Amino acid sequence: MAFYDGLFDALGLREWCDQSASTAPMSMADLLKANNAAAVDPNAEVFPFPSLDNLNDSCAQISQTRDLTAGIESGFLGAKDVLKVVLDPITQPLSWALDGALYAFTETPWWIIVPLLVFIAWFVSRSKPVTIFVALSFLFLGAIDHLDVAMQTLSIIFVCTGLSVLFGVPIGIAMSKSDRLQKSLVPVLDLLQTLPTFVYLIPLIFLFSVTESKLYGIAIILYAIVPVIRLTDLGIRLVDQDVLEAADAYGMNSKQRLAKVELPLALPNIMAGINQTIMMSLAMVVIASLVSAPGLGVLVLRGIRNLELGVGIVAGIGIVLLAVILDRTSKAALGRVDKANKKH
Amino acid sequence: MTDTPKVQLRGLYKIFGPNDKDMMQHVAAGMGKPELLEEHRHVLGLQDINVDMMAGEITVVMGLSGSGKSTLIRHLNRLIEPTAGEILLDGVDVMQLSEGDLRKMRQEKMSMVFQKFALLPHRTVLQNAAMALEVQGIDQKAREAEGAKWLARVGLEGYENYYPSQLSGGMQQRVGIARALTSNSDIMLMDEAFSALDPLIRTDMQNLLLELQKELHKTIVFITHDLDEALKLADHLVILKDGAVVQQGEPQSILLNPADPYIEDFVSDINRARVLRVKSVMEPLQDPTMLDKLTGKKFEGDVDIRDNLESLIARSEGDTALHYRVMDGDVPVGELHMRDLVKALVPRISSTA
Repeated sequence: MAFYDGLFDALGLREWCDQSASTAPMSMADLLKANNAAAVDPNAEVFPFPSLDNLNDSCAQISQTRDLTAGIESGFLGAKDVLKVVLDPITQPLSWALDGALYAFTETPWWIIVPLLVFIAWFVSRSKPVTIFVALSFLFLGAIDHLDVAMQTLSIIFVCTGLSVLFGVPIGIAMSKSDRLQKSLVPVLDLLQTLPTFVYLIPLIFLFSVTESKLYGIAIILYAIVPVIRLTDLGIRLVDQDVLEAADAYGMNSKQRLAKVELPLALPNIMAGINQTIMMSLAMVVIASLVSAPGLGVLVLRGIRNLELGVGIVAGIGIVLLAVILDRTSKAALGRVDKANKKH
Repeated sequence: MTDTPKVQLRGLYKIFGPNDKDMMQHVAAGMGKPELLEEHRHVLGLQDINVDMMAGEITVVMGLSGSGKSTLIRHLNRLIEPTAGEILLDGVDVMQLSEGDLRKMRQEKMSMVFQKFALLPHRTVLQNAAMALEVQGIDQKAREAEGAKWLARVGLEGYENYYPSQLSGGMQQRVGIARALTSNSDIMLMDEAFSALDPLIRTDMQNLLLELQKELHKTIVFITHDLDEALKLADHLVILKDGAVVQQGEPQSILLNPADPYIEDFVSDINRARVLRVKSVMEPLQDPTMLDKLTGKKFEGDVDIRDNLESLIARSEGDTALHYRVMDGDVPVGELHMRDLVKALVPRISSTA
């Protein structure tokens, strides 16, 4: 006798409820209950919450909660084939880019790639301390034989942040121009940013095979693209109204206005967004190692899985080093842009 | 100075709010600013503005904050769209221009100087000065030569490669003026251009503007809330209050014949001796043939028609019995009693004062 029986009887729905009733036990709990029918369940609540499962006890027509999760799953699996036909070719270039970058970073001899990266760091930051720090970090990673895994991680980050900027900046510009687009995109961005990172991976595993590199590429980009979109939008919206008015008063068209006024003035904010995007893709690249992303994340995963403390910690320190390198270099670049904008 | 106005505003109305066009009927029926706000939540920005701005003159639009003067100047280049009315530029209705033509008009016929300078902070002074020509598609060498020329003209030679934030406010506004001049437009719109500057620099800038104007004869529309500044610069003065024109005309005549108590209050604090000129207080000859009427009289000396009264008081050493002959160049045009001059110095006291 379930708690809500009386409710359905009173509503005159008993007949409808019993249409599909079956006496067969539907779960282990039912089975146990059927076997000890006489015994009073000591855990029974006096007034249970009218949840799907509790209502189902009284009326078999009402579906159980497990049907909901099963429904989502079967719905997704049903749509999967169609989605795959559309998404597979679109995202294929991502696989090529990731594989290509991985090949380029790992196959180039260390005496070329390390000086090259140090030079890039200098070119972007124009700061001696930062450049020296980058060089020392690579030497350290090399000395502990982690250079090639670090390069794998770096290659993924380069591709993913590159694509995030490529797509994120135009989306941010479009958002800054249209309040309606902004209103509809902000919840999506919030969702992408707050969804637990593992949850990204689940639908992607269904969609793509785990051997394809685009699987982790998409997960990283979805997670990391948010700050660059947000800060591009913010940066353009914060451009001084007086300067925009001057641009209009001198007859600039919207393209000139964007290129000559809005983007240059929003650049410090956009650079801050790119910095955040880099840091977030580094965070995600570790989690993405669960779905076959190569690099330092794999070693961290091995450390957890096999309880190899040393392996995990050394790889973790490697990730910290990469994070500091990327952060300092991009911050130095940001500082340079800032200074040019505000000159003393 | 031709007789046809360069810019004409005809029956210009601006109502701020979502249904501005619908509100026009209430305003046309005589509803005032407070009632419109109270009953319909729309703000009457400008009402029935009719102003002619002559080519080569400085038209000063003066009013307190909230009087609609900045709104008015933004209608000339349609940074703000009017609710009703016509804006004629050289006889062409600006309201009928297509978007492309409007941009062309803004590039070639009008330039603007802003209260907060509105320079591009990421560009050098020279690049800022050349901005107008850059928008017009002039190549870099030509536009920077032109920009450098006007920078030198406003006294900023040698500062070409500085960034705006490295300059003082007065210098930044000089860049703003150079930018406007570089565009080579006939009309210059100056929106409280000197209001953000400290008083000494402001005087400098006013003198610079007058000096440039003597040479260039631009049609300048100047917005200010400062009556001294307005009187110093204006050929034609328009006084706005609550979005409507209360009085317009030659500044001297407004000063001597204020049309209503609002303006009387306004002008009562002015140093009239510095603003008024001989021309406004002299007794003019009825017609030039009566020249001999002056010849018989005994004069203390000759004064120029454009001298201000302050210089005359200094010259007469305060003696009100004196009598001067007024000259326009070499021609005598009237006579001036010091007694009339002193009378003109006393403002007509407003009834509310």
